[in-house]
Amino acid sequence: MELLANLSLGFSIALSPYTLMLALIGCFLGTIIGALPGLGPSNGVAILIPLTFTLGLDATSALVLMTSVYYGAMYGGRISSILLNIPGDEPALLTTLDGYPMAKAGRAGDALVISGFASFVGAFLATVGLMLLAPLLARVAYLFGPSEYFALYLLAFCTLGGMASNNQAKAAIASCIGLAIAMVGVDNTSGMPRLTGGNLHLYDGIDFLVAIVGLFAVAEVFFFIESHGSKSSIGVKLEKVRIPWKDLFATRWTMLRASGVGFIAGILPGAGASLGSFLAYMSEKSIAGEKGGFGTGVAKGIAAPEAGNNAAAGGALVPMLTLGVPGSGTTAVLLALLMTLNITPGPTLFSDRPEVVWGLIAALLIANFVLLLMNVPMVKIFVRVLQVPAAILLPGVTMISFIGIYSLSGSYFDLLLMIAFGALGYVLRKLDIPTVPVILGILLGGHMEDALRRAMVISDGDATYLFSSAIAIGLWAAAIIGFVAPMFMRGLLKKPQRITD
Amino acid sequence: MNTKISKLCTLAALFCVSTAGFAAECIAPANPGGGWDFTCRQIGKIMYDIGAVEKPIQVTNMAGAGGGLAFNHVVAERNDDADLIVAASSATSTRLAQNAYAGMTADQVRFVGAIGADPGVIVVAKDSPFQTLGDLLNAIKSKPGSVTFAGGSATGGFDHLKPLMLLQRVGFTDIAKVKYISLDGGADAITQTIGGFTQAMTGDMSEVVGFLKAGEIRVLAVLTERRIPGFDSIPTAKEQGFDVVAVNWRGLYIPRGVSDQTFDIWAQRLQKVADSAEWKEAMAANGLAPFTKVGGDFQSYIDDVVAEVRKLSQELGVIQ
Repeated sequence: MELLANLSLGFSIALSPYTLMLALIGCFLGTIIGALPGLGPSNGVAILIPLTFTLGLDATSALVLMTSVYYGAMYGGRISSILLNIPGDEPALLTTLDGYPMAKAGRAGDALVISGFASFVGAFLATVGLMLLAPLLARVAYLFGPSEYFALYLLAFCTLGGMASNNQAKAAIASCIGLAIAMVGVDNTSGMPRLTGGNLHLYDGIDFLVAIVGLFAVAEVFFFIESHGSKSSIGVKLEKVRIPWKDLFATRWTMLRASGVGFIAGILPGAGASLGSFLAYMSEKSIAGEKGGFGTGVAKGIAAPEAGNNAAAGGALVPMLTLGVPGSGTTAVLLALLMTLNITPGPTLFSDRPEVVWGLIAALLIANFVLLLMNVPMVKIFVRVLQVPAAILLPGVTMISFIGIYSLSGSYFDLLLMIAFGALGYVLRKLDIPTVPVILGILLGGHMEDALRRAMVISDGDATYLFSSAIAIGLWAAAIIGFVAPMFMRGLLKKPQRITD
Repeated sequence: MNTKISKLCTLAALFCVSTAGFAAECIAPANPGGGWDFTCRQIGKIMYDIGAVEKPIQVTNMAGAGGGLAFNHVVAERNDDADLIVAASSATSTRLAQNAYAGMTADQVRFVGAIGADPGVIVVAKDSPFQTLGDLLNAIKSKPGSVTFAGGSATGGFDHLKPLMLLQRVGFTDIAKVKYISLDGGADAITQTIGGFTQAMTGDMSEVVGFLKAGEIRVLAVLTERRIPGFDSIPTAKEQGFDVVAVNWRGLYIPRGVSDQTFDIWAQRLQKVADSAEWKEAMAANGLAPFTKVGGDFQSYIDDVVAEVRKLSQELGVIQ
């Protein structure tokens, strides 16, 4: 019953009117930050850190506020994905695939409620997982070396074929463009700059947020200008918002599985929420098969990535607290906050500072319930955003995107780059080449290359090192099956599907 | 409509909070979470808490080119900004020495001071066969491919130089044979070493303190003049016969074009932080050793360090 004692300690710290108020404010700000394109959880938390100092918050209060913002932003990212087809941040990328078609079909409210609930399930289960298993799970990070990471990223790429496009070749071209963009920057293994043209701004490569906002938001503006507004994809039909109980019930297993997948991806340092939502979506897509209708606006296609990325957000806290290794960009920022508060995360944190850890866990549980309450009734307000004419909404969104991107590096170069990505997005859409694989290429390509190069340094260039552990072999097998199965087994996968709506 | 306006208002409010008044700005030339970010946030917070500055110092993260982007920004665009400080460390002087900032040099800014140093360490997993630094270095000397180092800095960076300097002391200079993988930070590097994927980790004391307390690792040597208070059981490299001292100092620089008066003001503020109880507490919590050099002294220290690292990098073949 040590767990209950710890939990009550946590709640005794987190359950004061003052901290509850902070949680409420944090959740609200986080949801808005997440919903704004270009502003994701990591820069949202980074922007708000000075606030905690100005307010003179103590460690627990500061953590409550910041983790509420973090979870809030994870919830909020889905809103612009669904309503505008522009991901609010990178983990919400896959929510566009089914969320936007569903909104387009007049079910924007349903999509928001389903995704909000899926976010709750994912985040809640991940918090429970963090609570019960954190010290144990920390050991998982020790099992993943360069060859295992390489196989993990390979698995992500192998299941990529055919997503978001009817044409496999075009999806392949798109992911190659993404991989090529990921090559730009200093080569970690030799320390030499690559494809930078001597420009210091390109030494660290291209930030995927710049690419996302360019490819989605700016490209959308170009289309809008070209068609004088008549062909813009913004402008979804509105209907009454009800809670779609049937869909929620039908997606229960999807949510549970996706939470599991996301949580594990979150625990692995460096994999993060994007990989969590990606693997969750792809695995649910293959379970549902051809008749699952993924990509056309089905409930499962919305529930899977949202449960996955929110579970990954919770999972990413495991290595941060137990090893001091941030599992994602946002946990890196939280790590900075902890260190500023003189709390050094690491293997001894759970025993040295129980009040911090359990206060944090209690805060996460509270934030989660606040967010559920906030996101389901408040759906109506968010849907109302659509009533703004696109001619006003779109420039507004673009302006916010520019501010968000400028806040990343404080340099105007990223803004120019973002416009260039907008032009690229415009051309790609004209050619009917999907943009989601481009972003996944940028997002995962660099990590995958680093893992391969590290493996080659360690093994003196011996390729068999890549298959040197059971985990690596298992991941390779899954990757090969994931790549080959859709080509040859299409005929066999015609098992009857339950229709969900 | 209302929602959009309220969103914009909230956003505006956010930015007002972070840029209120004409507060001084601290640029952390890296993403949040690293050493430079820590320097900005910690020093900025303490300066405000002890009343050395009137308004909270705003931290801007300007990641890029290992600090080169921020350096370039300060030199080219903010050369006379009296309200700007920039976090710096040994990585800054190492890169300047190796000409990694596209031709920019240390005299294009003014180094205000350092107020703490992170001692370099060489670490192995607790079940490693290497008991002493000598064991490790001799194993590399007889069979260079048998040991891979993991570190948080880029290839040729400060973490990479540490084992190369030690190996130089035992007469092994074929540095291309020394295997080093660069990870996204010291904690990542230590995780790979505990996992057995690499045989040793080269980094800073602050990066390994938690793992040391948990008994996961063995610190073979700390690269300081004498043993660190609080970690008295860890031998220095020097006492094991390898005369290498490598500490990662934490400090600040400001633009070249500011007046001497401004330089003195910042030096005084930094000195106040160094003397504060808050900073001592922060140092203890993060494994930093006392290392205070503020004002004019520090500039000459930097010049010496840059010259030394340049010579060393040439000897080691890291640069031409």
